[in-house]
Amino acid sequence: MKSKGKPSVILVVLLILTIVGLFLASKFLDSYKIRIITLSGIYVTLGLSMNLINGFTGMFSLGHAGFMAIGAYTVGILTMPISMKEMNFFMQPIVPCLANVEWGFLPALLAAGIVAGLAGFLIGAPVLRLTDDYLAIATLGFAEIIRVVFTNTQSLTNGALGLKGIPNYTNIWWSWGVAFVTIWFMAFLIRGSYGKAFLAIKEDEVAARSMGINLFKHKVMSFSFGSFFAGVAGGLLAALLGTIDPNMFRITLTFNILLIVVLGGLGNIGGTVVSAVVVTVMMEALRFLDESINLGFIQLKGIPGMRMVVFSMILILVVLIKREGLPGKTKRV
Amino acid sequence: MGDFSILFQHLANGISLGSLYALIAIGYTMVYGILRLINFAHGDIFMLGVYITFYGILYTPIPWWLVFLIAPTITGFIGLLLEKIAYKPLREAPRTTILISAIGASFFLQNLGIVIFGGRPRAFPVPRILNRVIKLGGVSINVVAFIIPTVTVLLLVGLNYFINKTKTGMAMRALAKDYETASLMGIDVNKIISITFFLGSFLAAVGGIMWGARYPQLMPLMGTMPGLKSFIAAVIGGIGNITGAVIGGFILGLGEIMLVALLPRLTGYRDAFAFVLLIIILLVKPSGIMGDKITEKV
Amino acid sequence: MLKVENLTMKFGGVTACNNFSAEIKKDQIVGLIGPNGAGKTTIFNVITGVYKPVEGQIIFTPEDSKQHLLLGLRPDEIAKLGVCRTFQNIRLFKDLSVLENVFIGNHLRLGSNVFSTVLRLPNYGYEEKRMYEKSLYLLEKVGLRDVKDEKATSLPYGMQRRLEIARALATDPKLLLLDEPAAGMNPQETGELTRFIREIKEEFDLTIFLIEHHMDVIMEISEKIYVLDHGILIAQGNPGEIQKNERVIEAYLGVE
Repeated sequence: MKSKGKPSVILVVLLILTIVGLFLASKFLDSYKIRIITLSGIYVTLGLSMNLINGFTGMFSLGHAGFMAIGAYTVGILTMPISMKEMNFFMQPIVPCLANVEWGFLPALLAAGIVAGLAGFLIGAPVLRLTDDYLAIATLGFAEIIRVVFTNTQSLTNGALGLKGIPNYTNIWWSWGVAFVTIWFMAFLIRGSYGKAFLAIKEDEVAARSMGINLFKHKVMSFSFGSFFAGVAGGLLAALLGTIDPNMFRITLTFNILLIVVLGGLGNIGGTVVSAVVVTVMMEALRFLDESINLGFIQLKGIPGMRMVVFSMILILVVLIKREGLPGKTKRV
Repeated sequence: MGDFSILFQHLANGISLGSLYALIAIGYTMVYGILRLINFAHGDIFMLGVYITFYGILYTPIPWWLVFLIAPTITGFIGLLLEKIAYKPLREAPRTTILISAIGASFFLQNLGIVIFGGRPRAFPVPRILNRVIKLGGVSINVVAFIIPTVTVLLLVGLNYFINKTKTGMAMRALAKDYETASLMGIDVNKIISITFFLGSFLAAVGGIMWGARYPQLMPLMGTMPGLKSFIAAVIGGIGNITGAVIGGFILGLGEIMLVALLPRLTGYRDAFAFVLLIIILLVKPSGIMGDKITEKV
Repeated sequence: MLKVENLTMKFGGVTACNNFSAEIKKDQIVGLIGPNGAGKTTIFNVITGVYKPVEGQIIFTPEDSKQHLLLGLRPDEIAKLGVCRTFQNIRLFKDLSVLENVFIGNHLRLGSNVFSTVLRLPNYGYEEKRMYEKSLYLLEKVGLRDVKDEKATSLPYGMQRRLEIARALATDPKLLLLDEPAAGMNPQETGELTRFIREIKEEFDLTIFLIEHHMDVIMEISEKIYVLDHGILIAQGNPGEIQKNERVIEAYLGVE
């Protein structure tokens, strides 16, 4: 009760600070650094969307890469100029109904979210009855199925060739704008009655059911919202990279997001935002581990794969050190 | 006649693929039976087994048949070590926590593989004796296709004896049945879990060697797909149940090969087949073919 | 209010409850007793939809006219109809605050959809305010208002039991099932609890069905008592009859 209105104040202050920060960054930093900041914003959205499913509602889902793929392809196909589509789809023409569409970025992003959210709804309805590890493997399976399907639907996704020449709409403002909408959505969702119901489900399903909470409805709701934002983030990523193919959306991608969520704390919005930025920056900063660098007097040979070795060790260490506290802790904002 | 020989060929392929899935699935199922943990890193242990064999044959003077025994043993100890480092400290933690650790371990091993073995594919040195093709009434079949099911059956018989007739095996079954009670009855839980991981990893490595002989391309990420599919095999058969894992392995192996053989248009969807099957099984009978029904206690 | 007919529940080969029938009339407090393992909690679990029985029928009549068959309904549907419970082994939302625990009990009566909660539309704002007020009132009632921001599990045992009752009351039940509310309490506390149960019964117009081991509590507040032993109903009647019933005495003393 007494905290009423507090999150909004914090949010407004943070919003202003971030806008100023982003403005300064876009003025004074080089394009490489701006790109990293943009990517961080996308990972904030991704981290939060996974945290809603895994952290707040306590469902262990590993399907994120699949929903991102759906979002990325939706944006790619919808925003790509008509002439570019003809160039891309040289093996087999694109399905006629999509051949002559060229949408703006905002409607395409929304469509990405809606299609992914819908997929989440359809997938969630049957599998969310499963618990923990079964759910994990089923959602992972769905992500894989989506990837395999996208590799094979030549006239819809251009198959293994992927899509090239997606307009680069995503900039620092789009990525952080979406990130802020996501933060705001999650903060208010969790503060409200539905969010509390999600938390109740995570804490004790039997008690939650007996208090009149429809498990199925709330789980599907949480899962669909998570998928929606994963789809939007996937769309942002597609418009940032300009090129996508089905193999980008392997479980490695989900692993990166899981790392963010675990580092930030399952069920912790603020922590997720910070860890998304930290992880993204570190991924770039540690690139030297994989590539050789020349320090002038000495040539350091990079070892491919070293970066991910470091990250997976971090993940294991965090889990080993935090132990019990991990999924149990529910701090909000 | 032509149709028959092709069918026979497919059958042989399906059976040997199924045997391999079965061998890997046993590791999943044994670990799950005791710890209720999906050992996500199991597929990567399998990969290590193949690579260790690869280096053993090419870079040591040890004869290949001895390498085939040593490499699985080394892999077994790696699996045992994995449990000690990444899982044992989390034994009392919530299940999702240990699952995250398992995913971390899987990525660690994969990328360590890239660091140590390099990302480029390597060719598995298949000993010449195993690489022969024999003709059987117009059907030419690789010797490996016979060896794989034979070795699998022998290992299964051995494992069955071990689990049902030895003291350690009984302790293992007791732990799987009722972890708490069994640990109170003076069973050395740590020892049994170590043995379980050793055995599971050993079998995965044997599966890996035969996999290498059949599909001789090595990559550090090669364990992911067979790992996931074998896990699915274990779920189909009823996780925690060794016979079930074997049945599941064969269903999956035969199913995959037959899908490609009978519906060539769906070849591209081959990797999705296992997952579709998994989801169907989870929805229809989550406890699998041989699994017990689990009642939730309130 | 509630009619249980010929209920049989089996786990594997074990019969937890055999051909159990009972009737609870509106405004009554009815007790369910029996030695450990007699199948009392099983009956609660069947009534609230956690378990599906092998046989039987449960008819819930919140008002005089409308009848609901509870079998086949999900626990949340049953709660919505107005049957709520507490748990023998306390199942609070552990990491949430005391206030949040009770607040969640209100969720099932929420009218607003999820979008109005995220957008903070006035209709939700109004509802949420009401929910918080009601939760605080209930906490006041069970004497936990001062600890409303504490974590639920940080409370001592007795307070956790009261919090569970407050959470159940938040769902606006008509029939309240209490599973050993006095467990672990000393005589003074059980005395308070007895008064408290009577009080909430009057104030919230409740009908109460309770399982209890403390005979003084049961005998004092129940109008009618059912006695269960090894899943079988061995006696029913008012406290005076039960105290004199020989089969009950045998069951409790273990006389063959």
